Amino acid sequence: MKKVYINSIASISPQKTFDNTIFLDEITDYNDTVIFAVDPDYKQYIPPAAARRMAKGIKMGVVASKIAMEEAGIETVDAIITGTGMGCMIDSEKFVSAIIDNNEQYLTPTSFIQSTHNTVAGQVALGMECKAYNFTYVHSAISFESALLDAKMQLENDEAHHILVGGVEELGDHTTKVHRVVNHIKPKPVTISTVLNSKTKGAVFSEGANFFVVSNEKKESCYAELVAVETFNTLQKEKVSETIESFLTENNLKIEDIDVVVFGNNGDVDFDTYYNQLSEGNLSKTQQVFYKHLVGENNTVSAFGVWLGSKILKTQTIPEIVKINEIKIPEIRTVLCYNQYRGQNHSLVLLKK
Amino acid sequence: MGKGVAITGMGIISAIGNNVLENYDALINGRKGITRVENIETIQRDEIMVGEIKFTNDELIARLNLPPENNYSRTAMLGAIAAKEAFTNAGITNIKKYKTGIVSGTSVGGMDMTEKYYYEYLTEKAPQKYIESHHAGDSTQKIAEQLGIEESLVTTISTACSSAANAIMLGARLIQSGKLDRVLVGGADCLSKFTINGFKTLMILSDTYNTPFDENRKGLNLGEAAAFLVLESDKVVKAENKKVLAYVKGYGNANDAFHQTASSENGDGATLAMEKALKIAGLNPSEIDYINAHGTATGNNDLSEGRAILRVFGANLPEFSSTKAFTGHTLAAAGAIEAVYSVLALQNNVIFPNLNFKTPMKEFSMIPQTELKEKELNTVLSNSLGFGGNCSTVIFSKEA
Repeated sequence: MKKVYINSIASISPQKTFDNTIFLDEITDYNDTVIFAVDPDYKQYIPPAAARRMAKGIKMGVVASKIAMEEAGIETVDAIITGTGMGCMIDSEKFVSAIIDNNEQYLTPTSFIQSTHNTVAGQVALGMECKAYNFTYVHSAISFESALLDAKMQLENDEAHHILVGGVEELGDHTTKVHRVVNHIKPKPVTISTVLNSKTKGAVFSEGANFFVVSNEKKESCYAELVAVETFNTLQKEKVSETIESFLTENNLKIEDIDVVVFGNNGDVDFDTYYNQLSEGNLSKTQQVFYKHLVGENNTVSAFGVWLGSKILKTQTIPEIVKINEIKIPEIRTVLCYNQYRGQNHSLVLLKK
Repeated sequence: MGKGVAITGMGIISAIGNNVLENYDALINGRKGITRVENIETIQRDEIMVGEIKFTNDELIARLNLPPENNYSRTAMLGAIAAKEAFTNAGITNIKKYKTGIVSGTSVGGMDMTEKYYYEYLTEKAPQKYIESHHAGDSTQKIAEQLGIEESLVTTISTACSSAANAIMLGARLIQSGKLDRVLVGGADCLSKFTINGFKTLMILSDTYNTPFDENRKGLNLGEAAAFLVLESDKVVKAENKKVLAYVKGYGNANDAFHQTASSENGDGATLAMEKALKIAGLNPSEIDYINAHGTATGNNDLSEGRAILRVFGANLPEFSSTKAFTGHTLAAAGAIEAVYSVLALQNNVIFPNLNFKTPMKEFSMIPQTELKEKELNTVLSNSLGFGGNCSTVIFSKEA
């Protein structure tokens, strides 16, 4: 079995992360319940006429994939695999509301065509003229991890050499309103420093695109080795610790071997307990970091966690803004990412230097 | 891949039957399930024909014995019915005994409820329970809940009309790589105003019975369905002394990279998908005994797919047919529906007819099999092609 490497990264998020030469150097503080991605200069990557037709998710996905390809220094890939929990919300909303508002009349196909979940992967393939394997996973908070797992299996078996993997999510106005009604979104605005201790239900909703080139050969640009990916449709709170331990055992590691753990806390008082029990329990002596206070919550934001872990491993630095505790580590060799959303769809991703 | 992955169970619900037996009976008796739409209020009613499952949502709730406060979308309910049949058929009683997962395909997901309560969600309390059922993964989570699959790999693929074929592909990979011992693979999609109107705007819906590969084809009939296969590792098959229905022998996936919704004229993506599947199966085109074509009966698909089939098979073209005239095009579920039909074809050594065909297409001389035909079958190749250029092929075989 071949080893799998993360050879490049790209992130478009509510922070200015699309420039790979910096690492959370400038932070945008928000005081809100919904935060949007910081736009890169799309014109630099997509012809304006084409960009006008694209909803934000498609633009973010296409540009993030181009940044990742550029950094990896490759022109094409053997597979394009994306994850998106909610899919193309903007075009879906446009088409549903048009159906209802006009009683199924005077409809045009554009928004329908662009509403399917595989639009981003299809557009990336079109842009690259890449006829290779093309998949889109749509399983809530593990959509990205499913894509990553698929890529990893193909690379390990040497069925592919380079695979573009990404997660993308866009905000749709109506969907946001609807999720407010059921308290999935925080009732009051919070800032970066107050979100974790807000003691309220719900999260700060967000959007973004995180893409990676993963390969079974190491490039100069390499960030990390992707050691393992595991997902769980359900997991009782009481079983998270032992599940992590057996996951590590399977990979010949112990808790003490983890130098940094990346948590997916989002400040939801009902569900952050999944992480809190670990930070106070078997991972209390490990350096813990988090990121959703900076980039919010969405179905594929856990890809940002992998982005963060990769960046930490490559630069051997941990920005103060993401630290939960302070542990001295001489060398960062192993990073574990743990995420879940509303108590379901848990994921573990293990990265090594 | 050499050795195939064992299929040990299957389940289906479609416009032509509520289980595998009923579907088979309809297929061999040429009984199609295409009618006017009854369960959805739509102004398009008199302009389209659909492959609809005639149970109302309340009837499906009763059938699954769901509590009144449930928030199952129609996709989830159809999926649960087919998944349960597949598990029963595979003789699975102890879920926990082996590492068991699910890979399902859907395109509609919970859109049926979203379009029904779109604005009501903001003001009415009662329908708000369905807000969380909208996302595509929810239907798969519900199927897992119905089968008692916990703490496992459960995921969903949405690659439009090739979703379920891709689910089968990933499932086979998961078994081969040893990630899972047993995996339920397939797909589910219900009819919705969203897809009815979407395809209507693309002007590819027929106002009468769809006629795959016919010169005068007028477009597709949308359908709804769910189907699942149980794939099991050799270890499980041996330990449990399982009866193997057939094998997933090969698979291929490629992207047409031509247009967001239309297929390239020469079917580049479909050609690549079939070639890859044959390579993985270690088979020559001449060793394929029957092609279950995607054959949606749209102008574009049948021409593009037909050309691709000719490119791959040339003079070795075996019998081929599309079963969409029976069921309609069931979108993300189609690959699973046709996987069940492919296995039935292998089990019974029979080729199902391509109904409603009259006039050969002028672009080539391909004539589908129009009558039920008995023939010793060892291999069946099934195509699923979709929006976004997604092209998939799965090859099923009698022998491993």
